[in-house]
Amino acid sequence: MNLKLKIWRQKSQNAKGAFETYQVNANEHMSFLEMLDVLNEQLIEEKKEPVAFDHDCREGICGACSMVINGRPHGPNKATTTCQLHMRFFKEGDEIVIEPFRARAFPVIKDLVVDRSAFDRIIQAGGYISVNTGQAQDGNAIPVNRDCASKSFDAAACIGCGACVAACPNGSAMLFTAAKVSHLGLLPQGKLEHTSRVRNMVKQMDEEGFGFCSNVGACEAECPKEISLENIARMNRAMIGAVLTSE
Amino acid sequence: MKWLFDFLFKSSIGRKVVMSLSGIFLMLFLIVHLLGNLQLFINDAGMQFNLYTYFMTHNPVIKTISYILYATILLHTIQGIFLAIENRKAKGQSYAVSSNVNKSFFAKYMIHLGVVIFIFLMIHMYQFWLQMKLGNLPMVNYPGKEHAYKDLYAPVLQVFKDLPFVIFYVISMLILAMHLYHGFQSAFQSLGLNHKKYNPLIQWIGILYSILIPFGFLIMPIYVYFIQR
Ligand code: HEM
Ligand code: SF4
Ligand code: FES
Repeated sequence: MNLKLKIWRQKSQNAKGAFETYQVNANEHMSFLEMLDVLNEQLIEEKKEPVAFDHDCREGICGACSMVINGRPHGPNKATTTCQLHMRFFKEGDEIVIEPFRARAFPVIKDLVVDRSAFDRIIQAGGYISVNTGQAQDGNAIPVNRDCASKSFDAAACIGCGACVAACPNGSAMLFTAAKVSHLGLLPQGKLEHTSRVRNMVKQMDEEGFGFCSNVGACEAECPKEISLENIARMNRAMIGAVLTSE
Repeated sequence: MKWLFDFLFKSSIGRKVVMSLSGIFLMLFLIVHLLGNLQLFINDAGMQFNLYTYFMTHNPVIKTISYILYATILLHTIQGIFLAIENRKAKGQSYAVSSNVNKSFFAKYMIHLGVVIFIFLMIHMYQFWLQMKLGNLPMVNYPGKEHAYKDLYAPVLQVFKDLPFVIFYVISMLILAMHLYHGFQSAFQSLGLNHKKYNPLIQWIGILYSILIPFGFLIMPIYVYFIQR
């Protein structure tokens, strides 16, 4: 299938970027990233700079493959990362516009690659539990409520891809942060530090320059792991509770 | 109390709590305001309405609440404007192709809707509130009452018979309906109240509220203009 691609090209963080148009011949069994690989081979043969884009696992679990395809993070399909999007969802002759994720806290480094280290710093601020490692414990030593376990597991599905921030008109990281807070806070091991974790992670989130949550719901709609807005409510509750009750 | 100030005016979540609580207070006020105004429909040449406005402007408890109300409107407006400005900065560059995938359509336009509501409020206060406080309203006497009452009923009828104003009033109420349609349920989410047990209740009351309250207000100028001429 022949496609016309309009791709954002930008040499470096401070350079001015612009769209460039390319023609590529892909087949419908390729993933979107494989289609970009074909384009890049073509560009290398023409002695041109290949398009820089993030990718790693290519199986929908690492969250690296950030890009906005025709206005939607990870493209048109629900609950799908770019690497899991296949070309059969496009038609012969389609024009596809590919842009980097946009948010102040995610500056473009090159072409489609953005710096998402703000997420790492939010995790560093509290996305862990402090226990001494050592001999692995018996799996059944700590009883876990089944409801909490499954809610925690749903939140733990977050792959830190940043699509929520990219989709949000306010560039807010509430869904990501709330997923992490819920994932840990719902389990007995994570409960101990729940209060300080919420405060520290929210504080870091604010310092990174993400926007506020207007309850638009674009994040939930675009999240490849279908993380629910319920998690944001849980974090709001926890934060209000933390402010009112902490010493 | 620095911790409280920091939370309510510096933390992202706290600033939304302010929007939510002030919004809920304003929504409660709208119910009371509407119920009071319904007395315009009583066919007594405005007596009940004028006695009511006298009570509302002289009772010390109501007067205190009204000062809290003015402060709340300012707080909600100023905080709302700051949030909108910072949100725009946080987004940075926008997309060449935009999509409209979301859960709540009006959420993105809360600031635009809000600014129109604020302009409406200013005109509204000038027309009715300022007249009541400072204006030279005619006085009326009612049988069995010791003193005369300001006749606010007359200027209300007068502006409600002015077509451009009636149209402006009706449009403002439709804008308010949109603000409330998102705002009602959003206020609960901001406070962390989201649970599948009661979400349908919040949703349905929100829809009913955001339709009935603005409709109740906009029916008054329409009634006066078309029926009570
Ligand atoms: C009677 C008048 C008003 C009522 C009842 C009202 C009610 C509400 C409610 C319930 C919310 C939801 C709060 C939340 O998401 O937690 C809200 C949000 C908002 N209001 Fe109002 N409002 C009124 C007037 C105004 C005015 C005059 C402005 C002026 C700018 C305004 C600007 C906003 C903004 C920007 C938001 C969204 C904040 C965000 O989610 O980022 N509102 N309003
Ligand atoms: S919440 Fe969803 S969209 Fe956001 S980072 Fe996690 S997986 Fe990606
Ligand atoms: S490359 Fe790992 S999720 Fe797409």
